[in-house]
Amino acid sequence: MFDFKYRFQWRQVINNLPAMLDGAWITFYTALLSMVIGIVIALTLLSMRRSNNVALRSVAIGWVSVARNTPALLQIYFLYFGLGAFGATISSWAALLAGITFNNAGYLTENFRGGLRAVPETQTRAARSLGMTSFQAYTRVVIPQLLRIVFYPITNQMIWALLMTSLGVVVGLNNDLMGATKALTDLSYRTFEYFAVAAIIYYVLAKLTFGVARLAGWKLFSY
Amino acid sequence: MFSTDLTSNDLIFLVQGAWVTIELTALAMLIGTVFGTLFGFVRASFPTASIPLAFVLDVFRSVPLLIQFVLLNSAKSIVGLKISPFTVGYVVLGVYAAALCTEIVRGGVLAVPKSLRLAARSLGLTSLQDTLHITLPIAARVAFPGWLNLMLAVMKDSALVTWIGIIELLRTAQQINTRINEPLFVFFIAGLFYYVVSWAVSQLGNQAERRLQND
Repeated sequence: MFDFKYRFQWRQVINNLPAMLDGAWITFYTALLSMVIGIVIALTLLSMRRSNNVALRSVAIGWVSVARNTPALLQIYFLYFGLGAFGATISSWAALLAGITFNNAGYLTENFRGGLRAVPETQTRAARSLGMTSFQAYTRVVIPQLLRIVFYPITNQMIWALLMTSLGVVVGLNNDLMGATKALTDLSYRTFEYFAVAAIIYYVLAKLTFGVARLAGWKLFSY
Repeated sequence: MFSTDLTSNDLIFLVQGAWVTIELTALAMLIGTVFGTLFGFVRASFPTASIPLAFVLDVFRSVPLLIQFVLLNSAKSIVGLKISPFTVGYVVLGVYAAALCTEIVRGGVLAVPKSLRLAARSLGLTSLQDTLHITLPIAARVAFPGWLNLMLAVMKDSALVTWIGIIELLRTAQQINTRINEPLFVFFIAGLFYYVVSWAVSQLGNQAERRLQND
């Protein structure tokens, strides 16, 4: 039934492993960076959503719904090719980072909005009556409690961001894990071997991130 | 003949691409729902015995979809299997959907109170009857919103099949953009399609959810 004449060649994958691991590091920090910026934007969008200003509220609602209702790849395309139309050409990496951050911010805002229900309104009022400004109450009372509640959704989002960085290759990124692997397969045509190893690295990376986050969560929130 | 405007042919091309996206989503969701429901029940009924299954399904959720497409696509060439990239596309998406659907169904099944199942059994229903007539309808109600979200996620992720050479909505948009060089305009049209479908489905979902929760 099958015509199996393929010989697997793993040796050269092993030889090129350092290049792939360098790529894995870029993948990891791109994801981390997009999460950090994404969380900051999400917190801003969250407060914009709750503001009385219609313009601010619409921007926040629009951001969230576009980020959640269109493919991440389209968002990256839009930034990579679209900004060029304004004469602002950005690198593949910048387009990838901006795309994932845009996407992350949208999803995180929804997560945070859910988490905010668990922070009683009385907390804000208590903080305000203690003489804090509304900004202080938000940043020092609400957000610390919110982050505790949404820690696990954030972890999930981080893993998702990690996997999503693989989309950079579609707009020509060649030094993250996916891009480096693609570059190596282009030289050798050993597609299966290289991508199988890349898949394992992504898996390990995702599980390590998950483990570290669990450990950090346990350390931070066991009081 | 050599047009640099958006012609009616381009629009037809985009609609064809959109249709491929819909086909991919439908086929993937069919595979995902059948296997997801099966595995979800197994996961909920035998939590310890099915840990290997959970591990395997977790792998599909922890490896980028793009790599899964590439791997199956090259694996089928290696073993000399003559299937089209389109088949590879919906099979990979289907397995991915199954992995996610399993968790959704499992959550739904676990949300059915144990006492209800015991009551069904003590009324003389067999285990199969209890599963089909008592647990499944209640679990479906709990799992439905998650399932709709999954469908939207699969539709958006189907954009990635462009990488193995399937001409779907995003790819058609990109090809048109290559010719007319109006990225904002072309990608806006493609984005609008995804957006409208997602929005409409989630509105329907909200409505259905409200109705299901009322009775």
